Amino acid sequence: MIDKIVPSVDAALADVRDGSTVLVGGFGGAGVPAELIDALIAQGAKDLTIVNNNAGNGEVGVAALLKAGRVRKIVCSYPRLADGYVFEALYRAGKVELELVPQGTLSERMRAAGAGIGAFYTPTGYGTDLAKGKETRKIDGKGYVLEHPLRGDVALVKAERGDRWGNLVYRKSARNFGPTMASAAKCTIAQVYEIVELGALDPECIVTPGIFVTRVVKVPRKKTTTMQTAAA
Amino acid sequence: MSYAKISRDQIAKRIARDIPEGAYVNLGIGMPTLVGNHLPKDREIFLHSENGILGMGPAPAPGQEDLDLINAGKEPVTLLTGGAYFHHTDSFAMMRGRHLDICVLGAFQVSVTGDLANWHTGGDAIPAVGGAMDLAVGAKNVWVMMEHLTKSGESKIVPRCTYPLTGIGVVKRVYTDLAVIEVTPRGLVARELVPGLAIEELQRLTGMPLLPSDAIAAAADLSRGKCVGL
Repeated sequence: MIDKIVPSVDAALADVRDGSTVLVGGFGGAGVPAELIDALIAQGAKDLTIVNNNAGNGEVGVAALLKAGRVRKIVCSYPRLADGYVFEALYRAGKVELELVPQGTLSERMRAAGAGIGAFYTPTGYGTDLAKGKETRKIDGKGYVLEHPLRGDVALVKAERGDRWGNLVYRKSARNFGPTMASAAKCTIAQVYEIVELGALDPECIVTPGIFVTRVVKVPRKKTTTMQTAAA
Repeated sequence: MSYAKISRDQIAKRIARDIPEGAYVNLGIGMPTLVGNHLPKDREIFLHSENGILGMGPAPAPGQEDLDLINAGKEPVTLLTGGAYFHHTDSFAMMRGRHLDICVLGAFQVSVTGDLANWHTGGDAIPAVGGAMDLAVGAKNVWVMMEHLTKSGESKIVPRCTYPLTGIGVVKRVYTDLAVIEVTPRGLVARELVPGLAIEELQRLTGMPLLPSDAIAAAADLSRGKCVGL
């Protein structure tokens, strides 16, 4: 019997190695796999490359991982947040590397990794500083930039419900990077609030089919009190 | 004749008037978000949010906020009946794939050829781009909403952007607190001026030639006592 459900977040992350590239879901406060990130800090893996839309807020989540000194490099689209002081201090001290990627390119690079695409031409960023040093090409008179897939060793995603085959559904805009990241990593770990019986998720409505998911772990639903607001 | 700059809300209202029924629209973070407050109630307009929402509605009533339902600025929003959620890759496919009819963006500078600079002031600031470059190249119509002049009185419409570029030749129209300006192959065309502002004064403030639209040229001729159309 296939059972991707693991008993705890610690068990889910036990084999994450130093030097891994970790795709971390979430946009603002929505869809952040907070319990998995906390468990990654406790697990101790270091020298990590973190892929996330942002670079952490306050001292929780990705910011806590940065503060703990576990991150070598951040790949993101928007590291400048109102309370992104942990990243800012490390960045200015030269202690963390930043690869800035336009948000759609970030997402499409992970899609390409998950879909077996070798590289792709995108119009985004053509002629800008973010295309410097990259191969470009004019196609039908329009400029494009060659971008390469972005693969994860591990993906940490937050979904609403999952089953033992790893099928997932999300909630509202918390879906954001989850489905794409799930497809782009060797090992995808999904934290969910509910584990349901096989067949309980409507097959017409499953957002991430279980083939993209390695492990599912249930976490308690928390009342979140703070709302992150900042520019995106 | 004297003139007064219009407020941010008035610019937003002016932009909202130009958004037609059925348009798929992305409103950028910051000033452009105000446009959402002025959309004509008698038109169905689809607001897109980069984090995976179509049919985005206004802010919820206090106490009704849902942490899983936020906009690109990470503020709580609502979903209209008929709205949809989708993941990030689909959301940016909607942009790059030219499915969005209009996006309204703020800007530091717009060049005479429609180059846009709105993501980075350069220098010491931590660079952050978000979805700005994807929107700039993707939407069928990129409209900029900004104040015409910087705080120190320099024109934000420039011969050539000095801030880092977001996109090349992407801006079609600029709405400022002084005028509505089209970017055309012939150059910049002033389509509307705030009441009392003469085209010559707008040119002086902008520091470069602005072609008057036919209507503005006709009005200027009238004010000089010329007979129009003879």
